[in-house]
Amino acid sequence: MSEAGQGAALAPAKDERVKEISGFRKALIRPELGAIVGTIAVFVFFIAFAADSGMFNAQGILNWSTVSAQFMIIAVGACMLMIAGEFDLSVGSMIGFAGMSIAILSVTLQWPVWVAILLTFALCIAVGALNGWIVVRTGLPSFIVTLAFLFILRGFTIFFPQLIERQTIIGGISDAAEGDWLAPVFGGKILGFVFDWLAEMEMIAVFERGTRAGEPIVDGIPMLIVWALALVAVAHVILTRTQFGNWVFASGGDAQAARYVGVPVNRVKILMFMFTAFCACVFATCQVMEFGSAGADRGLLKEFEAIIAVVIGGALLTGGYGSVIGAALGALIFGVVQQGLFFAGVESSLFRVFLGVILLFAVILNTYIRRIITGER
Amino acid sequence: MSAFDHNPIVEMKDIEKHFGPVIALNGVSFDVRPGECHCLLGDNGAGKSTFIKTMSGVHKPTRGEILFEGRRMDFASPRDAMEAGIATVYQDLAMIPLMSVTRNFWMGREPVKRIGPMKFMDFRTANEVTMEEMRKMGINLRSPDQAVGTLSGGERQTVAIARAVYFGAKVLILDEPTSALGVRQTANVLATIDKVRKTGIGIVFITHNVRHALAVGDRFTVLNRGKTLGTAQRGQITPEELQDLMAGGQEMVELEGSLGGTV
Repeated sequence: MSEAGQGAALAPAKDERVKEISGFRKALIRPELGAIVGTIAVFVFFIAFAADSGMFNAQGILNWSTVSAQFMIIAVGACMLMIAGEFDLSVGSMIGFAGMSIAILSVTLQWPVWVAILLTFALCIAVGALNGWIVVRTGLPSFIVTLAFLFILRGFTIFFPQLIERQTIIGGISDAAEGDWLAPVFGGKILGFVFDWLAEMEMIAVFERGTRAGEPIVDGIPMLIVWALALVAVAHVILTRTQFGNWVFASGGDAQAARYVGVPVNRVKILMFMFTAFCACVFATCQVMEFGSAGADRGLLKEFEAIIAVVIGGALLTGGYGSVIGAALGALIFGVVQQGLFFAGVESSLFRVFLGVILLFAVILNTYIRRIITGER
Repeated sequence: MSAFDHNPIVEMKDIEKHFGPVIALNGVSFDVRPGECHCLLGDNGAGKSTFIKTMSGVHKPTRGEILFEGRRMDFASPRDAMEAGIATVYQDLAMIPLMSVTRNFWMGREPVKRIGPMKFMDFRTANEVTMEEMRKMGINLRSPDQAVGTLSGGERQTVAIARAVYFGAKVLILDEPTSALGVRQTANVLATIDKVRKTGIGIVFITHNVRHALAVGDRFTVLNRGKTLGTAQRGQITPEELQDLMAGGQEMVELEGSLGGTV
């Protein structure tokens, strides 16, 4: 052992066979890297090709920010859950279900909107807990359990409005929400005065005709965007800075090893299912308040879009690794590309081609990064 | 100071464990004293794993009793055993490769500091302690946020051992810590075991490698087909005798003859 002893004396001892890791490779080991590069690339592309289409004036920015924020809200939930080692394929159906629940409770049953919203949140979070409980209890892959709920929830979402109202779209929520104290938290706008001021300074455009002539085109930041940013910030801090965050990583990294050192893995996983359901419900409530109606087909395919955003953000599908910031950037890439193609006048079906291609690239990159971290060959 | 002046920390008396019709353990007695390394040897299927899982609270014994510092204990879960001071380092489940050394080291017992109403993980303390404890074990980390996946197998075992020691283990159970390692790494882990033993912790070293056992062991207990074949003190038994006991004697002698005595 004398050799090792000498090495220690010259501390820090270096192993001559371990190459110094270059700054570039170190940067590669950050989960967000791919998403940061992607975000820059996407903005450069659209500034070059769609700058004069109105994509980057106030209205254009609000347009793609709102779409990105929608993706972000569900991506945050999916990200935390994926890092904890599970999936939720029922997110899209949950969005439809939650919206319909609010509509039926507030319009059909004439209950106050705030009661409808709170009850719906409770119901969705309970379904999320049930998902999680079944997964940890049976040990079945969450893929299968939540696939079942994808169908169960969607089925109810179509069945109940048909049974009660004989239609699959329920409107009139805007009227019901008039004067409600909770509805503006999801459907309102903030910082309106800033935009009034900006319009006065002639920095943003105003309506020239119609009933709103003279008012700024953009009259505030939708609560949807506020929710998205708040969820990203809170989830990021919890994940990277708290004890619970460490448990989330541990539960997804190796559940058995985590259990052996006393991490309450089952509780962590169930809580993450509940959080995902909460995010889906925030999405649904914002959407219902914006549209003033709930439709049985809302949220279709959202679960996959959430998962793709998370994977673009650098999370591993196998769990234990990922970043909320990365997922948020993944969602931003989505929103900008989806709306950018529209602004650039490109056929919108090509968006799906883009999705598929970028997903493939992201997964290949992530696998490569994982090999670097774990030293697998 | 001899280890034999002390009373055992853990004493397992006539432990039996049945899984349905299978008798995995059929009367195993074993004890470990402070500052000694007690090797538990046995071939595959001898019952080593079942026995240490009983000791660490994963299984409940069908018959027999476990005394911890002289008191009868009934561990309901691994958590109970851990709280009492029995730490187990499993061969492949010790660490999570994708997480940093610090995150692994503190997993389940993260240091927390309060900022207003919020509780955050205290990374500064966590990183400092991790670096310090690893240095004590002779490993200089590049940085505490280095992923465990970048460490060698021996270093991973060492992180797990350092963690158990830091959190006040009185008994450390090592489940085949050297079985997947190369020569140099094995030497490092054996040196770590020696270091830990000198601090007064009792070590249960499970292995099927006689040479590794003899390098650090104070006592040797051989398990065969769910029974203890006896316990020997250091210096009272030769490597050949140990090997024979483990393998069940006769056939091994014949095999060894045909292999020229190299096994």
